[in-house]
Amino acid sequence: MADVGAPAPPGSGPATRLLDGRPGVDLSAVGRRAARIGGPALAVTYLSLLVLLPLAALLSNALSGGPAAFWRAVTQPEAVAALELTLVASLIVALVNSVAGLAIAWVLVRDQFRGKALVSALIDLPFALPTVVAGLTLLALYGPDSPFGVNLAGTRLGIGCALAFVTLPFCVRSVQPVLAELDRETEEAAASLGAKNTQVVRRIVLPSIAPAVLAGAGLAFARAVGEFGSVVLISGNLPFKTEVASSWIFSLSQSGDLSAASAVSVVLVLISLSVLLAIGWMRRRFDAPETV
Amino acid sequence: MHPRLQSVFVRPFPPRRRVRAGLLLVPALAVGLVVTGTGPAGAQGGSVALVAYSTPKPAYSVLATDFAKTKAGQGVTISPSFGPSGTQATSVTDGLPADVVNFSLATDMAKLVKAGIVSSSWDKGPTKGMVTDSIVSFVVRKGNPKHITTWADLVKSGVQVITPNVFSSGSAKWNLMAAYGAQLSQGKSKAQALAYLTTLLHHAVAQPASASAALQTFLAGQGDVLLDYEDDALYAQHQGEPITIVTPPQTILIENPIAVTKTAGPSAKAFVAYLLSPAGQKVWGQQGYRPVLPSVAATFHFPQPKVLFKIDKFGGWTLVNKQFFDPQTGLVAHIEQSLGTSTASS
Repeated sequence: MADVGAPAPPGSGPATRLLDGRPGVDLSAVGRRAARIGGPALAVTYLSLLVLLPLAALLSNALSGGPAAFWRAVTQPEAVAALELTLVASLIVALVNSVAGLAIAWVLVRDQFRGKALVSALIDLPFALPTVVAGLTLLALYGPDSPFGVNLAGTRLGIGCALAFVTLPFCVRSVQPVLAELDRETEEAAASLGAKNTQVVRRIVLPSIAPAVLAGAGLAFARAVGEFGSVVLISGNLPFKTEVASSWIFSLSQSGDLSAASAVSVVLVLISLSVLLAIGWMRRRFDAPETV
Repeated sequence: MHPRLQSVFVRPFPPRRRVRAGLLLVPALAVGLVVTGTGPAGAQGGSVALVAYSTPKPAYSVLATDFAKTKAGQGVTISPSFGPSGTQATSVTDGLPADVVNFSLATDMAKLVKAGIVSSSWDKGPTKGMVTDSIVSFVVRKGNPKHITTWADLVKSGVQVITPNVFSSGSAKWNLMAAYGAQLSQGKSKAQALAYLTTLLHHAVAQPASASAALQTFLAGQGDVLLDYEDDALYAQHQGEPITIVTPPQTILIENPIAVTKTAGPSAKAFVAYLLSPAGQKVWGQQGYRPVLPSVAATFHFPQPKVLFKIDKFGGWTLVNKQFFDPQTGLVAHIEQSLGTSTASS
């Protein structure tokens, strides 16, 4: 803003005026009114058709056998084992990738090096790669015929690897723009006032990017919870050991037990929802001091 | 990547009508769904909608070309859709247009009979509704370094087995029933046969979601022996994969059903007639399937196991599915549970 403090030119009030100064119809106000009604309507319709309606159908499917059948489906030992594994693995992966993603974003924003554009482009590749291909590639690299002698096939570490691979972009891309926008003058001011490096990071940098880091972690977690293609090949899909929830749900649907499949999915969705809500709450707590 | 793997995860678009409906806006979508849901799914012009399970995909590309060269097949295009057998059957009952359906199990055909899409007399023909046969075979590393020839060899210490997950794969069900029946035919009791299944699953180092994923896992170097359809194994071997196929002394005869839907036109019927004709059966044989016509089967030299039994031995698929493969109450679910809890506590 160049002319902050300059007096507003006369006649630039909220009401629109024609060139000769007569008051005219405020088209932008009409647009705003349309947007006020139409915008939310469009958003709600779109959201309903694409998200809420399928979720409602899922819920109705899940409960089609009655609450007792629902309970049986979600408390069955194999289902519980698969859900536990999926949630724990997703949480760990979200945490690990938040740290790794922050480090990568930091390097991309703050450091200059040759090939930076290429590295930046590479980060999004896990999004573009069909997950089945990712699974095959991981199996070739970290399977029994691994060129590095690392065999993760049939292990939980292998599952973690696959999940980390597909969720990394979320963790980098949600932090990177915030980091780029970060006002370095504040950091310099803090340093000039005698703050140590760790203090600058802890008191200035982290609070500003924490909401973005959390957002990335939330997306990574939600994505990991539902991941199927990249995981099933390297996991070996052993019941009770390396079978993830999405795979168990796939089995149920293939066995024709759609209501049980839906029931387990509902649990998955509910847990993801509560994690996302919790993350939203934490983000608001970080944001709050800034608005004061 | 193994070509069959693609078909398992990615089912091609259903024919035009439905795709177009999906592109239109909301009201049109609703109408479109109603149309595809209830409208006749018969052949239009010279097009036959084939809905089949994943494994015969390469065979069908040869068969369709060959059929087009016959008199009845002139100007007829086959528009196929491949996917896991159970999913395909559900898609058809949910409105996927189909003229010819080919599944891996008769159970899936029963779903369509129940929905009124296929006539209940589909299994009354000379081949009892079956278009191909196969068996459950052992696939081992080239040269059979671990000398695996019998079912007992599979559960020797240090032998790693790969068989797909029974709850998601029809192939896995055939495998376990082959193992179970092999025990019975060696004079074991039902309890002993179940104990064998428990030991066998204990030796399973991976239970991939589908037969193709299992083959992929095995080819990636995991495991010593893969339980697989003979035709699938022959196809992989034909593709140059370094494997050896071992025919077990006792195994199950796999029968794959085919039928036309009630609304199918003459070209669909002609296509099925071709698939069951000596010419069609010869192509099936070349593709690794055991022909259902004895005259054609005699010209191929498929290895003959000492004991070959059918699923009828256990009361048919409906009963077997309920007893063994119900994901919540089936015998195999209990076995997995006991294995899971025992390894968790040890």
